[in-house]
Amino acid sequence: MNAPSSRGVVWLGSPAFPDAAREALKDTRLRANLKRATSTIRDKRLAVASELDDWEALRDAAAAIKKCTARHLDHYLVELEASVTAAGGTVHWACDAAEANRIVTELVRATGESEVVKIKSMATQEIGLNEHLAEAGITAYETDLAELIVQLGDDRPSHILVPAIHRNRTEVRDLFAAEMGHWGQPAPEGLTDEPADLAEAARRHLREKFLTAKVAVSGANFAVADTGTVVVVESEGNGRMCLTLPDTLITVMGIEKVVPTWSDLEVFLQLLPRSSTGERMNPYTSTWTGTTEGDGPSAFHLVLLDNGRTDTLADTVGRQVLGCIRCSACLNVCPVFERTGGHAYGSVYPGPIGAVLTPQLIGVENAATLPFASTLCGACYDACPVKINIPEVLAHLRAEAVEAKNGHTAEALAMRAAGKVLDSPRLLAAAQKAASLGGRALARRGTIGRLPGPMHGWSDTRDTPAPPAESFRTWWRKNRENKEGEQS
Amino acid sequence: MRIALFITCFNDTMFPGTGRAVVSVLERLGHTVEFPQEQTCCGQMHFNTGYRPDAVPLVARFARTFAGYDAVVTPSASCAGMARENHPLLAADYGHAQLQQQVADVVPRVHEFTEFLTDVLGVTDVGASFPHRVSYHPTCHSLRGLRLGDRPLELLRAVKGIDLVDLPDADSCCGFGGTFAVKNADTSAAMLADKADGVLSTRAEVLCAADNSCLMHIGGGLSRRGSSVRAMHLAEILAATEGGTP
Repeated sequence: MNAPSSRGVVWLGSPAFPDAAREALKDTRLRANLKRATSTIRDKRLAVASELDDWEALRDAAAAIKKCTARHLDHYLVELEASVTAAGGTVHWACDAAEANRIVTELVRATGESEVVKIKSMATQEIGLNEHLAEAGITAYETDLAELIVQLGDDRPSHILVPAIHRNRTEVRDLFAAEMGHWGQPAPEGLTDEPADLAEAARRHLREKFLTAKVAVSGANFAVADTGTVVVVESEGNGRMCLTLPDTLITVMGIEKVVPTWSDLEVFLQLLPRSSTGERMNPYTSTWTGTTEGDGPSAFHLVLLDNGRTDTLADTVGRQVLGCIRCSACLNVCPVFERTGGHAYGSVYPGPIGAVLTPQLIGVENAATLPFASTLCGACYDACPVKINIPEVLAHLRAEAVEAKNGHTAEALAMRAAGKVLDSPRLLAAAQKAASLGGRALARRGTIGRLPGPMHGWSDTRDTPAPPAESFRTWWRKNRENKEGEQS
Repeated sequence: MRIALFITCFNDTMFPGTGRAVVSVLERLGHTVEFPQEQTCCGQMHFNTGYRPDAVPLVARFARTFAGYDAVVTPSASCAGMARENHPLLAADYGHAQLQQQVADVVPRVHEFTEFLTDVLGVTDVGASFPHRVSYHPTCHSLRGLRLGDRPLELLRAVKGIDLVDLPDADSCCGFGGTFAVKNADTSAAMLADKADGVLSTRAEVLCAADNSCLMHIGGGLSRRGSSVRAMHLAEILAATEGGTP
């Protein structure tokens, strides 16, 4: 497996999840912003999903298409390459982030340009493309409103669909007023925090970029193998500007985004907007097939990115995660994400899907706390439009994280000891007796309060009832065994 | 019908009253309950924390202990879910053919207590009386694991004198998650605080659920806040009669 560094910035190197979460939880404004935003999207999603009688059938179909395509991924990728090439595009293969960044940088250099406009894309976030381009003297301008907010704030995205979900509109107003002028058209004097005013300021700022840019970089939501058509789904229309106005279009796409045919695509175009923004249909769906003379970019490059995906495909339980269509429904329903926000996950992929995707892309030993960043409550699995069993993969990755440590931890020793006790009714009864005596000695008026050591995290905010004087098995032996004996 | 009680190691140690309540309800309905003494634990803690090989002897013990019973009834949605979903998986990954067969035989006969009452015995009114204001928290394993749906509520609605009130944001997790509450204690506490707020807003005297682990978590948070709300397994409500709790 490649070293994480060649895999780009999937993993942003923040503290372990429990520590990052503890810091994030102190930010009461962040929690208020998140609670408001996630509960709004959650309600909208439920409303539009429940409108469709065949919602469950659509989810089953989506899961089946993704599973079947992944099984024959080699075939469909070669088919996609042939279709794109036949339509006038050029296909490049990148095994990791470093190679993808190198390819894109060389393609931009070949145009002689030093600026690119960008469409919101997780794949380019994953490989750290903007940072890489900056080192090569190329400025990348984010044109998605939320990505623009993140870029102006020299910030990190905290949500897949709504990267600036951790910001409220007053913070956005302050950012626009302070930073827009450094990147191009400044914000108007006296900018208010009314959404319409903020959108107008962004529109003016971005319009200048759209009209001057010669090169655009995008991601892709889907690519249809048999026709070579690439698909971008968005809300603002800024993506459409990038896809149509520049001369050169470079698309970076994870290899798992391919679907065999347009009839497969149809399933996902119903599921994605309902699951992500809670809309029946997203405002802009752009599709293009290679190049067309006199219409849109005259050069089109498709960079197919592996970056850990083939390794993921080799894991029979973990591979289902490659079905993800980046809708963010799992983030919006996750009780952990709602409290900690996305930054605590230390990855461009936060939330439940990030907790199962990041460790697989960079190796579970490099993100060992992420599979444990969940109560396994299952809300994510219920919300997932492609039925990825996230709790199942979390539990699977926990086992891999434990295995990676070879049993040389205090926890592993404790678990082994507990296993021995629990495999013997006699030892269990003895342990129950000890727990009862010890617990009752610690208790006052029937409850145990704050405790030192490893239990302080638990006992800081929770009382624990004192164990009863006798266990159930002791009670049964004293009161029922004879009776049962008489019956048999 | 030979009915075995699987008490679970946690209830056995901490909440024996729940086991006595299950026995009391089933006997009141005319059934005999056996308690195989060789039983211990379903292995959920080991499985969910990543220690799968350590759970395998517990899976084997479970299959061995409960072989031959028509029904294995347990007052824990999460332990029932562990047996049904993950015992076959562990047997397949780590066990031999004989263990796989034993597990396959026992698993379909494992029932969570409310599911056993409604689906197997076909009962919703168990003759209970509990004149108190009660709210029900559907635990994640009841709601999204076993899909118990309204079964527990149907049983509670039939209880004489009960004043059942809805819990706001009932379907959100209380933040327990087993070792999550220790490994991610701060996040867990933030979730618990919201759940406890919801419980207090109902002005219920009693909070009930189908898992004592979640109840101990929520009850522990309520107790620390000085609340007098009592966390109580719903089996203990179903066991209560006009003569009082058993």
